[in-house]
Amino acid sequence: MRKFFFIDRTGFQSIALLVWLGLGAGVTAMPGTARAQSPDAEAGRKIAFDRGKGNCLTCHVIKGGDSPGTIGPELKDLKAKYPDRDELTAIVSDETKRNPTTVMPPFGRNHILTEQEISAVVDFLQTL
Amino acid sequence: MTGLAMAAALIAAPSFAAPAADAPDPAADLKAFQKYFRDKFPKVKFEDFVNGPYSMDEGLYRQWKEKEEFPPYEFALDLGKELMAKPFGNGKTLADCFPNKGVGIRQDYPYFDTEQGKVVTLELAVNQCREANGEPPYSYVKDEMAAVTAYMAFTSRGKPFDVKIPDDPRALAAYENGKRYFYTRRGQLNFSCATCHVQSPGERIRAEVLAPALGILNAMPIYRSEWSGMGTTSRRFTSCNSQVRGVPLKPQDEDYRDLEYYLSYVSNGLPISGPGARP
Ligand code: HEC
Ligand code: HEC
Repeated sequence: MRKFFFIDRTGFQSIALLVWLGLGAGVTAMPGTARAQSPDAEAGRKIAFDRGKGNCLTCHVIKGGDSPGTIGPELKDLKAKYPDRDELTAIVSDETKRNPTTVMPPFGRNHILTEQEISAVVDFLQTL
Repeated sequence: MTGLAMAAALIAAPSFAAPAADAPDPAADLKAFQKYFRDKFPKVKFEDFVNGPYSMDEGLYRQWKEKEEFPPYEFALDLGKELMAKPFGNGKTLADCFPNKGVGIRQDYPYFDTEQGKVVTLELAVNQCREANGEPPYSYVKDEMAAVTAYMAFTSRGKPFDVKIPDDPRALAAYENGKRYFYTRRGQLNFSCATCHVQSPGERIRAEVLAPALGILNAMPIYRSEWSGMGTTSRRFTSCNSQVRGVPLKPQDEDYRDLEYYLSYVSNGLPISGPGARP
């Protein structure tokens, strides 16, 4: 518990929520794939796959994720396409800035994910 | 909504939404709306748009044709027929409240009732009839309401939607309100109805194939395996709103009735196909 005192309020709430949601089935069911990733990329993968959080699989095919949607493009080779991580952060935070008619939700602007969570998701995206 | 916000909402909508400066023109909306879907899906036959997700996916279409041999909504048709004819406490029946005893009239709803000054949907008309005769209203979302509307849809199969906008400024305002509701993004996820049913029909959202907005009400009510039962238009509207982490309105709220008015009007000409069966 002590560690949490060093985290700001939003960070604390989101971590508490993640723990509370249990991130059960979906995540524990796919061991292995992410072992070699950095802790942040691994946390980002959990956030991206969690239906109550990023739920990115609703619209994107992502390696290692079950029953993806087809509304957005497959997420792959993103490091080559967006060498600057700020670009990825911007897309996840508010894609309507680049494309006003996009169907992708503005995860940062609408506080669906916190800044730390988006940062972890971007770390994960860079491993794809 | 201010003119500016309205303009912003329309810019976010696909190209066929009329420019904000023009006076409302439902007939032009209808033409542009139907053209958008015909152009987007040149291989789909016009009458097939009424089959929701099945019109978008050949594999699903085949599964559905097989399912139709033992339709899961059959029990609802029997119940609906019985309830239409069952005498109320005062001896009248539900059928007595409707033109032609409720047979073959689905395509005329919703209509703008100039006496009440509002849009009357088939579901609202059923409960208005019950209450006028001293009976408690049905739940709007399933069971008896789904059964009687299923029966009325079934006896109207093949008849083209024929929703009218009378020459009454209140009717036009209701239509415009429904249209605005349809294209306005809301909720934490920033989705409008059009995000899914105009921008993305035919795409998979997780495992579900999105239905096109053209003809989206022609098959109502529907049996859904996921619900293990029947659901009305009210049920589908509230569940789509909650799916996107939004707060649904009350069934038959004015906004929902206006929304149904708009969506039905722009599907004029497409045949009633209800009740439907869905995965
Ligand atoms: C409701 C649908 C939807 C959801 C949910 C969604 N996206 Fe997207 N995403 C899209 C669409 C559509 C595009 C295509 C670009 C556009 O529309 O502007 C896109 C584009 C992207 C791109 C750019 C891809 C490329 O190759 O250029 C990235 C990166 C991305 N999304 C990441 C995410 C992440 C991470 C999440 C979850 C936290 C997510 N998306 C959730 C629909 C969605
Ligand atoms: C995030 C996506 C999404 C949004 C936003 C959305 N829906 Fe849906 N809708 C679905 C899904 C998924 C289904 C089930 C599959 C299908 O039939 O399209 C569905 C089904 C429907 C159906 C039944 C279609 C059929 O043939 O079975 C209707 C009617 C409908 N939606 C209306 C609406 C209305 C009105 C709104 C706005 C208030 C709305 N939807 C917003 C995803 C959405």
